[in-house]
Amino acid sequence: MSITALLFWGLSALALFSAIMVVASKNPVNSILYLIVVFFAITGHYILLNAQFLAIVNVIVYAGAIMVLFLFVVMLMNLNAESEPKKHRMLQFAGLISGGCLFLVLVSALSETAQASNMVQMGGGNSGLVQNLGMALFKNYVLPFEISSVLFLSAMIGAVVIGKKEG
Amino acid sequence: MEIKWYIGLAVALFCTGIVGVLTRRNSIIIFMCIELMLNSVNLLLVAFSKMHAASALVQSNPNVVSDAQIFVFFIMVVAAAEVSVGLAIIVMLYRNTHSVDVNFLNRLKN
Amino acid sequence: MSNVFQLVWLIPVLPLLGFLINGLGRKQVSKTMAGVIGSGSVLASFIISVLIFIQLNAGNVPKEPFHYFDFINVTALKIGFDFQIDQLTSIFLLIITGVGFLIHVYSTSYMHDEEPKDFAKYFAYLNLFVFSMLLLVMGANYVIMFIGWEGVGLCSYLLIGFWFKNTNYNIAAKKAFIMNRIGDLGFLLAVFWLISKLGTADYHQVFANVSKLTTTDITAITMLLFVGAMGKSAQIPLYTWLPDAMAGPTPVSALIHAATMVTAGIYMIARSNILYTMSPVTQAVVAIVGLSTAILAATIALKQNDIKKVLAYSTVSQLGYMFLALGVGAYTGAVFHVMTHAFFKALLFLGAGSVIHAMSGEQDIRNMGGLKKYMSVTHITFLLACLAIAGMPPFSGFFSKDEILAAAYERSPLLWGVGVGGAIMTAFYMFRLYAMTFLGKFRGTHEQEHHLHESPKAMTIPLIILAILSVIGGWIGIPEVFMHGGHRLEAFLEPVFAQSNAITVKHPLNHNTEYGLMAASVVLALAALIFAWSKFSKYQKTDAEETGFGKVLANRWYVDELYDAIIVKPVQSIAKYFNDIFEKKGIDGFVNGVGKAVNHGSRQIRLLQSGQVGTYVLMMVLGILIFFIIQLFL
Repeated sequence: MSITALLFWGLSALALFSAIMVVASKNPVNSILYLIVVFFAITGHYILLNAQFLAIVNVIVYAGAIMVLFLFVVMLMNLNAESEPKKHRMLQFAGLISGGCLFLVLVSALSETAQASNMVQMGGGNSGLVQNLGMALFKNYVLPFEISSVLFLSAMIGAVVIGKKEG
Repeated sequence: MEIKWYIGLAVALFCTGIVGVLTRRNSIIIFMCIELMLNSVNLLLVAFSKMHAASALVQSNPNVVSDAQIFVFFIMVVAAAEVSVGLAIIVMLYRNTHSVDVNFLNRLKN
Repeated sequence: MSNVFQLVWLIPVLPLLGFLINGLGRKQVSKTMAGVIGSGSVLASFIISVLIFIQLNAGNVPKEPFHYFDFINVTALKIGFDFQIDQLTSIFLLIITGVGFLIHVYSTSYMHDEEPKDFAKYFAYLNLFVFSMLLLVMGANYVIMFIGWEGVGLCSYLLIGFWFKNTNYNIAAKKAFIMNRIGDLGFLLAVFWLISKLGTADYHQVFANVSKLTTTDITAITMLLFVGAMGKSAQIPLYTWLPDAMAGPTPVSALIHAATMVTAGIYMIARSNILYTMSPVTQAVVAIVGLSTAILAATIALKQNDIKKVLAYSTVSQLGYMFLALGVGAYTGAVFHVMTHAFFKALLFLGAGSVIHAMSGEQDIRNMGGLKKYMSVTHITFLLACLAIAGMPPFSGFFSKDEILAAAYERSPLLWGVGVGGAIMTAFYMFRLYAMTFLGKFRGTHEQEHHLHESPKAMTIPLIILAILSVIGGWIGIPEVFMHGGHRLEAFLEPVFAQSNAITVKHPLNHNTEYGLMAASVVLALAALIFAWSKFSKYQKTDAEETGFGKVLANRWYVDELYDAIIVKPVQSIAKYFNDIFEKKGIDGFVNGVGKAVNHGSRQIRLLQSGQVGTYVLMMVLGILIFFIIQLFL
């Protein structure tokens, strides 16, 4: 197997394992840590696909900012394994089964299509490079770019308003 | 690598996220699983963009590759905004009920 | 005056008009007006009937039925509203309108205690009855006959239950109607059978095409028609309604249950004589049923104490004789007996009404007696009627009853013997009735004795007229043995029964046998008469209960109780079962259950809105799953 394939399978395994641990672990802090591992694995996938810009943004925004925020909140609430509320057994089981079914359905549906065997360009290609993406962003998508800043503004205001103490 | 492996991986991550949402009662964990789902979608989009880059389609529409990746970028933007607001709500809820149990939301019933 | 046939349609229409005017205007007309309209319309019909009779007697018989309009007109079946006037119809027309008119006049006096609007209602019903009966005898096909048949049944119900405020009378009326209906079913089935086999219900066409029917067809049709006759003319087993029908006013009993409605069955069989002649099986059944009814009713009448009930059972018994006549093929004899019976039975009932009127409503003959010195006209006419019904020469009953018995002897001496037994009983119970009512000492209360008086003219004149008819009415049917060519009725009715006579083999009795038969029956009846006269003119009222066989007779052989146990109670319990289980639990339960199910279901569905976020998400995922499956795989 080529090094690309090896890396692909390794990263996939890591991502999947960590995702399952996110769902399965009892301690919320552990879940957060596993999620960070997932994000790093996905970043690895991005690098394999030569989507460099996205890889960097993924690390900085997701793993760096969002997860840290989550960690702050969990620490704030002082959650640990004992006070973790448990869900009803039957419902857990039902959730598991339905998720599994969905997985099977989607996989079987999508892998039978004609285009399923299309090859993916890995390792090379200059479409994911920073300058190309930047050009596309500022040429074609300037408006959404600017509006996203407005979005951030409203999100910030919303968060502050919600978090305000009454009175 | 054929696209079907990427599809399989992304679907697996997505479904794991769904199982997590259904199984857990802690609202923060549920939120994290939603982020997991979003990420799986991002991965799939990038993989598709590269697929199109490798195929003949790129001759007719040269933008199709970068479009997908820009879309991923905006998804991340939205996810960030959504996390901040969502966590603010959860903190509010905690302040009122001193619990992050999602079932306590059944007070919505009344 | 052959254009009298243009007026044929007036015969039923005039009483119909009388019904409409008296019925709709019953709150406006005065009692005199109601009486005049009611009686006048029937009188007018009688006059037209007489004119028609004169024409027919002169030999001027219309060949074709009178067609008025198409009643049913579909591709395969044409039934017109047609009237057929032949000799048989004419005789019945005279009886119905003539005796009917006398009874109408009598009613104006008998019912004078009623309120004006009830009085008018009574005459309206009577007119409607006459209209229906006229339709019955004038129809040219079985369907028009059936319209009249149903109509008289309806009017019988209305008139029996005339004093509807008394529940017992209503029960009697219902009983009459229901038993009639059972018979009507048989009649209808016969008509349907006929139409399905021959495609027509017209008398002319049916009787002309009789050879197209198989023996089974004819037997079935005649049996079913006879079932109809059993209900209408009160033969076994559908006779129990007639004694109960005495709950109605006495003139009603006279008209409907003596002279006309109950003779509808006889008319129907006489009209269909060719069908019956071709079916010996049915004829045997008719004869036996008729004879048994005659005997059974006569035995019951021996022990009845209500004046009207004795007469009711007497009617059933005489009807049995008429059916016996039809059963042995003596169609003319049957019609003859209808005529004479109409005269003397109506007279008996009207006389009984006069007695009841004088006794202020008392009907029990044990409380009467010695009335002859208070009511001479009623007494004499009643006596004449009793002599007629007992078959004493030269009264009318003798000739008609004798003709029947002679015809029965032709068929079988056993039938004759049993018939004579019935005649003996008839003489006995009739003179028991006469003696207990009019002879001996008065046994009633002092109150009643003060009230005794002869009835007014409006009641006695019809009595006198009917008495005269009872005496001389038989002289149109003098048999061969006495006077050659004396049987004018037979000659008159010859064309109606020609088809039957052509195929029956006659065994005429020789004259000596016939004299012997006559003598035997008269002597025996006379003996019974004298015995009853002497025994009951010295009757003392006792409180002793009937014992032994007498008790069985007094309780009418417990037939009513038998019907009650076998038929009425099971039907009622089935109905109760259906009501309780089927209706209440089944259908009501179902309907209510739907409501309850909706209620319940909505309560359950409401629980879905539990507020549990987790459940919501689960539902979402499941939905998406199903959607994907459908979209991608199906």
